[in-house]
Amino acid sequence: MQLEAMYQEVILDHYRNPHNKGLREPFEGEAHHVNPTCGDEATVRVHLDGTGRDAVVADVSYDAMGCSISQASASVMTDLVIGKPVKEAMGVGDEFLALMQSRGQDVQPDEDVLEDAIAFAGVSKYPARIKCALLAWMAFKDATARALGEAS
Amino acid sequence: MSLLPEEIKKDFPLLQRTVRGGNPLIYLDSGATSQKPVQVLDAEREFYERHNAAVHRGAHLLAEEATDAFEAARDKVARFIGAVPSEIVFTKNATEAINLVAYAMSNAATSGPEAERFKVGPGDEILVTEMEHHANLVPWQQLCRRTGATLRWFGITDDGRLDLSELDALVNSCTKLVALTQQSNVLGTVPPVELIAAKAREVGALVVLDAAQSVPHMPVDVAALGADFLAFSGHKMLGPTGVGVLWGRGELLAAMPPFITGGSMIETVTMEGTTFMAPPQRFEAGSPNVAQAVGLGAAVDYLSALGMENVHAHEQALTGYALERLGDIAGVRVIGPGTTEARGGAVSFTVDDIHPHDVGQVLDELGVEVRVGHHCAKPICRRFGIPATTRASFYVHNTLGDIDALADGIRQAQKFFGTA
Repeated sequence: MQLEAMYQEVILDHYRNPHNKGLREPFEGEAHHVNPTCGDEATVRVHLDGTGRDAVVADVSYDAMGCSISQASASVMTDLVIGKPVKEAMGVGDEFLALMQSRGQDVQPDEDVLEDAIAFAGVSKYPARIKCALLAWMAFKDATARALGEAS
Repeated sequence: MSLLPEEIKKDFPLLQRTVRGGNPLIYLDSGATSQKPVQVLDAEREFYERHNAAVHRGAHLLAEEATDAFEAARDKVARFIGAVPSEIVFTKNATEAINLVAYAMSNAATSGPEAERFKVGPGDEILVTEMEHHANLVPWQQLCRRTGATLRWFGITDDGRLDLSELDALVNSCTKLVALTQQSNVLGTVPPVELIAAKAREVGALVVLDAAQSVPHMPVDVAALGADFLAFSGHKMLGPTGVGVLWGRGELLAAMPPFITGGSMIETVTMEGTTFMAPPQRFEAGSPNVAQAVGLGAAVDYLSALGMENVHAHEQALTGYALERLGDIAGVRVIGPGTTEARGGAVSFTVDDIHPHDVGQVLDELGVEVRVGHHCAKPICRRFGIPATTRASFYVHNTLGDIDALADGIRQAQKFFGTA
């Protein structure tokens, strides 16, 4: 069965014991994203230390409802971006997006950059689940833009 | 069982294929779209190979044959639901059929006195139900927004039935239109449409039925329903995508202003203005979906040969068995009526501590194809306090073994996620 390839132990661990879940103060930006096809939702808050592109992601908290993939991805995302400069955090997001859009073809994901998120490689083979994996990441991107005053 | 599903299955080329690592395909998603028997595929192909031409125009042989094929399909569909052909309008799908009525009603504001009875405005009420597919909810919300009318609705009881306790208050002298489903695509519930239609008639309200989940699965006779309009889709009843049907009472269609305008629906056109053809052509602007209608005609022939009473009985047996098998699994909760009484073959359920996406993923891996999500009926999910459900829906080719595979798959999902 391919199930184990998709639901890696790392994913199931994050799903059962999510990191950084629960909305926290302080935050400068918040974004709420939904997956219209399944009704899954994620609200992500971002607290920055500093201003502009040199700012550092001091904290990310979230509240989300959805499948194991979307929940685990949100948890992994917070681990990856907290403590990183915004620019670097966005770079990780871009790398993850590329992995998800690969449809499982010719991917050489950088494990040093993606860490636990590399476990989602198997998900990229299932088009219906890619949006699940990306939901929290997209909300993070929006919330950060808001925190930076780049979007309303 | 009243049908021989193993034999029927042989007519469906797609159901012969394997999926995900060589598993035989067990298709339990006919409520979303049905697979097509070879008879339907052949009819469409033959139309294109032998008779294709623009219909209702031109004087050559092909134009004649294509028009005959198109109108023969209309005759078949009319007979199938106890209507006359001039009351059958071909649309793109059920959604468009419902929008046709909703937009004709707002167009009535700028039409002549014959369209008076379709006008709605402030103070008028449109009545729907909480169990509607978005296709029979959003068009009415939008009509209310455009006209200032008020949207009201029947609620749902805990066991998934329509809550009729406020029937007398909800259907009142302000009610101009009642739009409801003949069979819920999520709950499987078959509401008492005759009762509600009779009540609506007492106050002079129009009745629109969303029959997308009923016409494919049970005998439907429009003369007996007391409704004014009925909408359904070809692709959910073994026919092609891209063709749907609006049935309307002849005298209503005759008085109703058009929705989409253009070629094929006009009587005469000058630079100053246009007069429109009689129904059904008034509502079929532009080149129609001829090959799709021909395919739908073949689907109607196929279903008629099986007998809709038999189709219904077969699905009742499958539904009863599914309710029984799912009821045996700890942690599985059926969302909708727990018996087959006034209930069709769409069975939605939740599995404790496993999101429907994850249930669906495990089932898919085993070749069992179900629908997961909110099924275009988000208010139902909200009513039951759940984000989504997994839904199995049945048709003529499904067997009791298919339901066993579903039940086994759910247990495997529970095992995989460690919840049972």
